[in-house]
Amino acid sequence: MDKRLTIRPYLLNILLLLLALLFSIAVGAVVIPPGVLARLFLGSATGGDILPAFRTILFQLRLPHTALVMLTGAALAGSGAAYQGLFRNPLADPYLIGVASGAGLGAVLAMASPLAAHFLGMFSVPAAAFLGALLTVLAVYWLARSGKFVPTTTLILAGVAVGSFASALTSFLMLRSQGELHRAIAWLLGGTTSSGWQPVLVTLPYVILSLVLLSLSGHALNVLQFGDEQAQQLGLPVERTKALLILAASLATAAAVSFSGIIGFVGLIVPHLARLLWGSDYRRLIPLSILGGASVLLIADLLARVILAPEELPVGIVTALAGAPFFLWVLRRTRSSRES
Amino acid sequence: MLGIQSLTVGYGARTVLKDISLSVAKGEVMALIGPNGSGKTTLIRAVSGVLDLRLGQVLVDGKDVKHLSPAQRAARMAVVPQARNLPESFTVYQTVLLGRTPYLSWLGHPGEKDFARLEWALERTDTKMLADRLIGELSGGEQQRVLLARALAQDTPILLLDEPTAHLDINHQARLLNLVQELAREQSLAILMALHDLNLVALYADRVALLVNGSVAALGNPKEVLTPDTLALAYGIHLKVILHPDYGTPLVLPDGHHL
Repeated sequence: MDKRLTIRPYLLNILLLLLALLFSIAVGAVVIPPGVLARLFLGSATGGDILPAFRTILFQLRLPHTALVMLTGAALAGSGAAYQGLFRNPLADPYLIGVASGAGLGAVLAMASPLAAHFLGMFSVPAAAFLGALLTVLAVYWLARSGKFVPTTTLILAGVAVGSFASALTSFLMLRSQGELHRAIAWLLGGTTSSGWQPVLVTLPYVILSLVLLSLSGHALNVLQFGDEQAQQLGLPVERTKALLILAASLATAAAVSFSGIIGFVGLIVPHLARLLWGSDYRRLIPLSILGGASVLLIADLLARVILAPEELPVGIVTALAGAPFFLWVLRRTRSSRES
Repeated sequence: MLGIQSLTVGYGARTVLKDISLSVAKGEVMALIGPNGSGKTTLIRAVSGVLDLRLGQVLVDGKDVKHLSPAQRAARMAVVPQARNLPESFTVYQTVLLGRTPYLSWLGHPGEKDFARLEWALERTDTKMLADRLIGELSGGEQQRVLLARALAQDTPILLLDEPTAHLDINHQARLLNLVQELAREQSLAILMALHDLNLVALYADRVALLVNGSVAALGNPKEVLTPDTLALAYGIHLKVILHPDYGTPLVLPDGHHL
């Protein structure tokens, strides 16, 4: 019926993701040859002098790192697509509208506060990041709103202002408390500094929960594209739906930011490409963005690891270097289509 | 079918609609007329449930709709808004399918019944050949027909239209209103429609409600309402009213001399 409801984009994305996963696992400061990789996975690898080292690299370093990057990319792109739908604005992105910075501030506050760590342990950082993300998105939305709509210019302006404010507070906190928050600097640049499986296990439930919710909300997002008023006249409980979507998208952003730092532009580029390639039906756009986001961030992370190997660049630098020009291109494109 | 009782609506300190009472029967087309800013669009929006009422109530089959959920309400009345700010990259098909929202679950998976109604709505509004086109590529008249198709897909006994002919040429105006009138008769729809053009009102409306400063200043069939005296009071200008040579309905002409 609708030709865009085919399965091909999904297959394409899954294939890309598998390839990205494979390269992410195999390539780095040490390259694991495909043969060794296969033997390690199949468990038939006994004996040999090199294998134990490879085993440690694979299972203790590469796999958890790859999993975290994949979850982060999926969460950022999924929430980016959702924010774009919610704000009816193609330039909304967790980074541009300041939500990521808000989540960062929350996370740094939690890192700086021994009390939070005492009561919530591993969960204090993601919980504080979530709170920060939520407060920021509400502030930006409230500030940018003009009547019934959220215009592009005020959205970006409010996002930049609130985001800068949060970033400034974050910097201040980091300057004040030396030592303890030093790791936060690399983290804020978008480097997945933490390692091992624990961050993955903490992030996983948040990301799964929020992304499943967003993936199932495509129809509601489609209805919302006609504006709040028409959406309600079409029978959608608008306020409740928006609250739910904001919660879910902020949860995904917070989960991503709390362990991977602030990584810009993934949430903007990926949904945009998906929309260009496969249309703007949110029932497909959200899951396709999630798959694509995972692949794109894996590729960016791979580049960050090999460009200056054995040095590792924070992945946020790579996404910003590629993403900023892309953002400008989108800006020009939307402007010229408005004028014509 | 549709009842509006003592409805009062305002924004902040300003009262926009005061004590409006109207009723629209099955199969009837009621036109809302009045000068700019008289509250036509506000009345449509208030009846559709997107504005809070200060006083009064909206009744469907004698029952207050205040406590209905948005979906229950949307199963009773559909709105054809003015074609503005539509998502350009949606296809016509996708757009019309959204009319089924009140009957779909959260996931929005349509069933056989939904597709059947969708097909019917596309056919009835002559938009079937546009199904795969993007909204942004369509002309104003086509967009308006797509919004009508979406409202028909919604399968409601009541239809509210807000200036559906605002940006259409005379051919498309006549075709759209012909269709609206046909649907009212054929599907026994109760139709409340804000219209600017008094001559179209005279041709297509069964009854006319004239709004002036947020109150109903006159109510009746077109012949009763479209008189020089009533119109002069409402619009502040002398208008000449003659009769249509074929139908005997009123025709309103500007007179050239202001009050």
